[in-house]
Amino acid sequence: MQNVTFNRKHLLGIRELAPGEITHLLDTAENFRDISRREIKKVPALRGRTVINLFFEPSTRTRTSFEIAAKRLSADAINISVSTSSMSKGETLLDTARNLEAMAPDCIVVRHSMAGAPQQLARMGNAPIINAGDGAHEHPTQALLDALTIREYKGRIEGLKVAIIGDVLHSRVARSNIYLLTKLGATVSIAGPGTLVPAEFAELVEQGLSVERRIEDAIEGADVIMILRIQRERQDAAFFPSMREYAVHYGLHPKHLERAAADAIVMHPGPMNRGVEIASEIADGSRSLILDQVTNGVAVRMAVLYLLAGGGHAEVDADATERIKHAAKAETRNGTTNGKRKRKQGNETPNR
Amino acid sequence: MRLRIANGYVIDPAQGINGGKDLLIEDGRVSGFLNRGEEVSGGLEVLDATGLIVAPGFIDLHTHLREPGAEYKETVASGAAAAVAGGWTSVCAMPNTDPVNDSAAITRFIIEQAQRAQLANVFPIGALTKSSEGKELSEMGEMKSAGIVAVSDDGRAVPTAGLMRRAMEYARGFDLPVVDHCQDASLSAGGVMHEGRWSLILGLKGMPAAAEDVHVIRDCVLAKLTGASVHIAHVSTRGAVEAVRRAKEAGVPVTCEAAPHHWTLTDESASDYDTNTKMSPPLRSRDHIDALLEGLRDGTIDAVATDHAPHHADEKALEFDQAPFGITGLETAVGLAFDLVNQGVIDLERLVELCATSPARIFGLTDRGSLAERAHADVTILDPTYEWVFDVSASKSRSRNTPFDGRAMTGAAVATIVSGRLVYLNPDYSRITEMKHRNAATK
Repeated sequence: MQNVTFNRKHLLGIRELAPGEITHLLDTAENFRDISRREIKKVPALRGRTVINLFFEPSTRTRTSFEIAAKRLSADAINISVSTSSMSKGETLLDTARNLEAMAPDCIVVRHSMAGAPQQLARMGNAPIINAGDGAHEHPTQALLDALTIREYKGRIEGLKVAIIGDVLHSRVARSNIYLLTKLGATVSIAGPGTLVPAEFAELVEQGLSVERRIEDAIEGADVIMILRIQRERQDAAFFPSMREYAVHYGLHPKHLERAAADAIVMHPGPMNRGVEIASEIADGSRSLILDQVTNGVAVRMAVLYLLAGGGHAEVDADATERIKHAAKAETRNGTTNGKRKRKQGNETPNR
Repeated sequence: MRLRIANGYVIDPAQGINGGKDLLIEDGRVSGFLNRGEEVSGGLEVLDATGLIVAPGFIDLHTHLREPGAEYKETVASGAAAAVAGGWTSVCAMPNTDPVNDSAAITRFIIEQAQRAQLANVFPIGALTKSSEGKELSEMGEMKSAGIVAVSDDGRAVPTAGLMRRAMEYARGFDLPVVDHCQDASLSAGGVMHEGRWSLILGLKGMPAAAEDVHVIRDCVLAKLTGASVHIAHVSTRGAVEAVRRAKEAGVPVTCEAAPHHWTLTDESASDYDTNTKMSPPLRSRDHIDALLEGLRDGTIDAVATDHAPHHADEKALEFDQAPFGITGLETAVGLAFDLVNQGVIDLERLVELCATSPARIFGLTDRGSLAERAHADVTILDPTYEWVFDVSASKSRSRNTPFDGRAMTGAAVATIVSGRLVYLNPDYSRITEMKHRNAATK
């Protein structure tokens, strides 16, 4: 199993990854997932390493997730929130990068409202860069956690039909998911208002992607329905007449689920606009995996941090992954964790 | 003071000359042609252009010199130095300085700075509206008297059809061509690259080709209405080329230019967020480039213009969204134009037409763009076989914002003569000056 590795210095996007690299990231994350279920949720994998969470854009969920992931690996995690307004009057991206480099971090996690900022930082500096979301470009760890969640409940990605509904134009989550899912053999249908789902999206990938005008057509027979957040803060012009009209024509309602596969699951990257892009009955219903996504986010970020900030690459990583896998299995055998995931208690399983 | 440019191959489309001749220059003006070896009495300097093309001096219709106001990016002198190093004997300076060149005083200041530098000729372009705010017409008549050769609010499109109509009607009274940066802001606002597959991949806001198309079509309609000379700056889309072609066929007095980066690079060049690929209009997709090549070939596109737009490295070291639009171009344009020759898109005569003959005609620069008798002795000497690599660290410009650093090219301007003075000589061509005083010495 030595050959399957993740050899890159940075994680900037899913688009440039090979299917094998994605699978390796997911496998590694799966191994790390068990750590979060232990009583003592900490392993020494990144002891003595420094991870900087550099957030140029407000984020609670992603930043917290990266911070928890770093701490569970025993890394020293430092959060820096930079408002882009103070950037514009003072320090440039280049200077920020140089200053941080001077403090010798082992990894910098970057969130930025402008597409390409992580790429530029990767080019300017030496530290490994993890893209935690850049403008409308990519959000690779979100796609990975979504894939981990799908794999958990569907057992596979290949051959699944996935519908992505909503503001695709402004969504880095949609882009990263489209790349990941089509690379692993799923077919993806995207749908939403014509202003937010340009027909040109069909050219984003070579195959496996279709653009639908009506969300019903995208949802038809879907195994997975991903709902995107309406990003009011990114909308510099009116892309649709009102939230009310959006909710009626493009929001996900229980009636839509009848068109999907009988065991379809529903996902949302959060934070949700309840009653706009998704009806509360669905968000809180049995098909919703929204909280599972959050849980898996920590595992995915542990895996990515481990592979990038660990200092070692290639064989070293593969060996270490094996060790973690063995350790996790040993603990499972000893009954300290519950290895196999259970559905939320009291809810019917969508895995009929 | 006499100068003979000997043994060269003269291409002067304005006179239909295409052959081996010696050019004789006297007191900064062309005094005629001599046959090879034809003796003339009296002393003179000789430049040896053996194996080289002797062409009328190249004229750039679209240059940003940044002075006054942003001398840290470029001055008139540094821009003029870059111009002559790139083979341009004349540059037309866009008015988006700080303050904007919307007055005779600033026009005169720019001309004086150019005279001090004694390198390229600099012809200021005046603002079309006061402060280029797109509201009130500027004092075009005053500026014309001071030396402007055209009016434009370049960088910003003239926002409304009503204002454009009035500007055309007014400018016509002073024989000033109206230059428009065509982009419908309601379609392109916030965009930082061409709208298409790559803007979707990169998550950057796109400027659709349609934003340029509708604006060019509007200007063509208004040119027909007013009869004014309209020059479309840096066409970059298939729709723009086709609109200009149709307008010309209908006899509308419209001309246009193309910038080398637009036919050389596609929007995919922005794929690693290099801000030196950010300019306006943006780099387009392959289909648009094909249309530009067709326009360059069939004459729809009249001129090659650099849109030389220097910016400081610090400004370009920002996020793609934040970095300013524009790249330098004076020292790479001729090399990139030679690509067209080498690819068989155009021939050498057409290259000279695009860089000298037509630019002079479009802006009405009398006694330039041709080597006719009594014309200003502005000469660009070309070597179509010169193989070179552009090294931005050796650039004469104050700025370094180019995507062409390290690019290998074949063909270049190797010597530049302005008003009979050799103002630039490529160090690899020192042989040109070795015959310098031969005749004088043997006299």
